[in-house]
Amino acid sequence: MSNKEKHWQKTRGHMFVTLALWAFFSMVIFLFGYEINSMSFLGYPLAYYMTAQGSLLAFVIIIFWFANKQEKIDEEFGFGEKEDN
Amino acid sequence: MFKGGFIQNLPKIYGLYTGGFLVFIILMAIAEQAGASAKSIGIMFVAFTVAIYALIGYLSRTVQVDAYYLAGRQVPTVFNGMATAADWMSGASFVALAGGVYFGGYSYMAFLVGWTGGYVLVSTLLAPYLRKFGCYTVPDFIGTRYGGNGVRFCAVLVLVLASFTYVTAQINATGTIAARALGIPFEAGVWVGLVSILLCSMLGGMRAVTWTQVAQYIVLIVAYLIPVFWISNKIGAGVFPHLMLGDEVARITELESQFGLTKNSAADIKAAGVPGGLKSIAVAHAGVGAGGMAVWKYISLAICMMVGTASLPHILMRYFTTPSVKSARKSVAWSLFFIFLLYSSAPMLATLSKISLMDPNLPTGIIGKSIADVNSIEWVKQWTSQKQVFIADFNGDGILQLNEWFMRTGVVVLATPEVAGLPYVISGLVAAGGMAAAMSTADGLVLAISNALSHDVYFNMIDPKADVRKRLIVARVLLVVVGAAGAYIASMRITSILGAVAWAFDFAMSGLFFPLVLGVWWKRATKEGAIAGILSGLAAGTMYLIWVYPKFMGNPAWLGIDHLRFGLIGAPVCLVVMVVVSLMTKAPDAATQRMVDEVRVPSGRSILGRQH
Repeated sequence: MSNKEKHWQKTRGHMFVTLALWAFFSMVIFLFGYEINSMSFLGYPLAYYMTAQGSLLAFVIIIFWFANKQEKIDEEFGFGEKEDN
Repeated sequence: MFKGGFIQNLPKIYGLYTGGFLVFIILMAIAEQAGASAKSIGIMFVAFTVAIYALIGYLSRTVQVDAYYLAGRQVPTVFNGMATAADWMSGASFVALAGGVYFGGYSYMAFLVGWTGGYVLVSTLLAPYLRKFGCYTVPDFIGTRYGGNGVRFCAVLVLVLASFTYVTAQINATGTIAARALGIPFEAGVWVGLVSILLCSMLGGMRAVTWTQVAQYIVLIVAYLIPVFWISNKIGAGVFPHLMLGDEVARITELESQFGLTKNSAADIKAAGVPGGLKSIAVAHAGVGAGGMAVWKYISLAICMMVGTASLPHILMRYFTTPSVKSARKSVAWSLFFIFLLYSSAPMLATLSKISLMDPNLPTGIIGKSIADVNSIEWVKQWTSQKQVFIADFNGDGILQLNEWFMRTGVVVLATPEVAGLPYVISGLVAAGGMAAAMSTADGLVLAISNALSHDVYFNMIDPKADVRKRLIVARVLLVVVGAAGAYIASMRITSILGAVAWAFDFAMSGLFFPLVLGVWWKRATKEGAIAGILSGLAAGTMYLIWVYPKFMGNPAWLGIDHLRFGLIGAPVCLVVMVVVSLMTKAPDAATQRMVDEVRVPSGRSILGRQH
């Protein structure tokens, strides 16, 4: 397998992991909205908290994590960009 | 000022700008103390901020193609994040979002998740690859990747449909705010809004829009956060509302059961003469509906908004302007961070606004008081006269019940500072923020449409030999034409702000999401597949919309897929048709395959050069 193919394989894997996290915070937890709303977080009902703030914050963190890790993958295979690009 | 050192000096320039804006707010506060009228403060806020944007637009004028279309590909990561956030957060987000949460509760908040979660799709699937491609517009990518003017034109079609649906709502919002702040009729306000929008974009294209959007972001976020923090502290709800409103949410739930959540019948509302578009509180603030249909309604709306986000051209094109692929990716993260600051505040504002009105222990509470007393409150008088709030004494007891108090959704943001007893300077600030939000989105949209028409239709299809000067003249003429068409339709008041906004997402996801994603992620996708996918997805979605929308054919929604969610019909049709037709036709040639390989690695030159 060529270097490019290996890089793409790893990039694709990283994409799937990121999208799994995304699916969890955008869909899976809201499948149980009614059930988890009796729990509480910071004094808010949990489902209310997640849709008002929690999932939104999770997305921000996921994207920063995704970008940093993808940069490392690119550098690992020698596809990192020079700053003056 | 805009030569050489400009990019390096950005933090300093915008730091000064922010400081200047804060000083302006303080000056206005002093003017208010000195006796300036509420109206003149409103005019000052809107006029001053719009003048600044126009100045930035003028200073960013350009005669270079790559500056006009791509802001010269030198917008730093964090600033592009701010510009994208302003591009993204529309008049609807600013004015109507908190109101939507206020009246719609949990099920409405699917919009919050949908309008943020989509950025995960943007960063993982699209933004870095489109940046590597180096296209000027979204159809530019589709046209080059799949090859040919036919597919390019199909992409332009979806872009125009989606963006135009969206832009009329934005011009509508600028018109509403300009009309209120300047005290002119709505129809005139729309044209004032249009001129302000064009001042920011006409001379400098993407470059001018970028730097005005950064300035607009600063105004809109300051205007949104100051009231939220101020009210929270004023009523003793907590120093940092986002972390401390748990007790208030619980108190609202308690008051809801005390007052009772009653849904008024349509006949009662009509008999009492409640103006159209005004609502009473009938949905629990923090409660979650039980049952499979409630879950599906929530998740299906979130999916539509997320996938739609990742297909909207005016957002994707912002990531063409960063210096590198790496910074495009990071820039998505910063965009979402800046969006998060406002979106996470909307439910807090809704909570504070609701408790201010509902809690009888607060001096601002009105529910349970006598209607005669409530009617003599200054802000109630003023907003009633503008048909923004209404009191209907259904049971005739002279006491205001929860279901007898009606408000328009936008009032939650626009009137809450007055309701909570904040000085008028804050209301002026909020008007300026709403104007900034609506203008920045309208600018991005008008530019996306006119760029597609000038670059993809005019330059690539009609006159490929046109020189730079001619191309830029055509681009500017189209900008004015598109803006004027949007303003004309907005002045006819066809649909409410949020209905139209959700439609734009559904149109975009029906026709563009899979052709964009598969263009990067599936080498086997062919031109014929893309054309068939775009057209059938768009047709299926549009036909379903016509079939289900109450004002068109009004058939019952299939599986709960109503007119806000018609992308759930269009996008799967697009995917299936695109895959089937691609597999039936000849695989893309070696050159196209190599191009896709090249797009997938960040290093190296972009596929399309700076000047093309």
